[in-house]
Amino acid sequence: MSIRHILLGLLAGGPSHGYDLKRRHDDRFPEARPLAYGQVYTTLQRLVRDGLAEVEGTDSDGGPERTRYRSTEAGTRELAEWAGQIAPPAPFVTNEIFAKVVVSILSGGDPDAYLRAQRAAHMTRMRELTAVKTAKGADLASVLSADYALNHLDADLRWMTTTAARLTTLTAEVDSA
Amino acid sequence: MTIKGDPTVPLLEGLGLVKAYGPTKALRGASVRLDAGEILAVTGTSGSGKSTLLHCLAGIVAPDAGSVSYGGERLDHLSEKRLSELRRTEFGVVFQFGQLIPELTAIDNVALPLLLAGLPRTDAHARAGEWLERFGVRGQAGLRPGEMSGGQAQRTALARALVTGPRIVFADEPTGALDSLASEQVMTALVRTARESGTAVLLITHDAQVAAYADGEARMADGAVVPVGVTA
Repeated sequence: MSIRHILLGLLAGGPSHGYDLKRRHDDRFPEARPLAYGQVYTTLQRLVRDGLAEVEGTDSDGGPERTRYRSTEAGTRELAEWAGQIAPPAPFVTNEIFAKVVVSILSGGDPDAYLRAQRAAHMTRMRELTAVKTAKGADLASVLSADYALNHLDADLRWMTTTAARLTTLTAEVDSA
Repeated sequence: MTIKGDPTVPLLEGLGLVKAYGPTKALRGASVRLDAGEILAVTGTSGSGKSTLLHCLAGIVAPDAGSVSYGGERLDHLSEKRLSELRRTEFGVVFQFGQLIPELTAIDNVALPLLLAGLPRTDAHARAGEWLERFGVRGQAGLRPGEMSGGQAQRTALARALVTGPRIVFADEPTGALDSLASEQVMTALVRTARESGTAVLLITHDAQVAAYADGEARMADGAVVPVGVTA
C-alpha cells in the first residue's frame, strides 16, 4: 500500500503535522496496521524532496516544535493520477492458508481438519467485523473497512469450502479405485 | 405451552436426527441445540441437509429417527392439535421467498396471523404497523408484495414471522434472493429485533457473511453437524 499517497490524500484536506497525520490515518483505516511515527516522518521528508509536499511552518503550542506540511500543486496532480489508476488484479495469490493445505496434502496430513478449524477462526473474526459494522453510530470509514475485510475473509472461506469438497471427491475416488 | 425457566434445558434440541426422502438420506444423525435468545447459523453446501434439519426442528416434518424437544418436551409426544398450536404461536418461519400473500397489502399480510389468533381488526392493524416500523417498511404498508423490492418484501415477511411474539424464528435462506446491501438491511433488522425481543433464531444460510450475524455456527456436511477443530 502506498503510504505516500495516503499521506498526500490526508494533506488534501489542509496542512497538518506528522502527529495529526498518523492519528487521522489510524482513524480512517481502522482495520489497517497503525502507522509508525518514524514511517510518517520519513515519508513526509521524501514527499518534500520530490516536490510533492512542502513545509508550511512550525507550531509549538507551548510544547515541542512541530513542523506543519502542506501538499504542493505537483502533489495534488500526483494524487489525482494515482487515485484514478487501476490496481493490477493479482493473478497469483500466495497465502499461508493455501500453502498449509498444499503442504498438508503432499505430506499426508489432515487438510480437512485444518480447514474446519481455520473456518471456525475465520467465522469468529467475521462475527467481530459484522458487529463493528452494524454497531449503532458506526462511521463510514469503519463500515467500508469492515466490508473490505469481510469480503476477503469470505473469499478465503469460499475457496476453503470448495477445497474441502474437492478433497472429499478425491478421497472417494482413491478409495473406490 | 409454556416452557420452564431452567437454563440447563435448551430451548430447542434435536438429537440424532435421521430423515430419508426415498433413497436419499437427507439427515444421518444430526444433533443441534438452540438456547433461549440465541442466534445460530446452520451452514453447509447444497444438499448437506440444512433445510431438512430446519423442517424437523420446526415440527414441519417428523424425523424417521431421533428426537426434537422444545423446552424439554418432545414434539413427537404432543398431539397434532398442540403441535399445530405451537407452530402458530411459539414458532415463526421465513423462507427464501417470503411467501407473502400476493393479493394482500404489506400491513394485511402482517396482521393476518393476529386476526387468525382472534385479535380485533383495529388492534391487529395497529400492532402490524408497529412491526413494519421496526423493520423499516412502514412506508410500504399499503403496497402489495409485487409492488415492493425483494428486500422490502423480506422485511415484511420477517415482521409477519415476529408479530405474534414467537420464542423462535426459523429462517431458511432469508436473504438468498437479495443483493448484498439489501441482505445487510434484512439481517441487521432481523438480528436487532430478535435481540430486543429475546427471540431465538435458527438461520439457515450458505453465505458466510450472513452467518456472521449469528452468535455461533453449526456446520453441516453429509446430513450431520460436523465438529469444529483439528482432530487429535
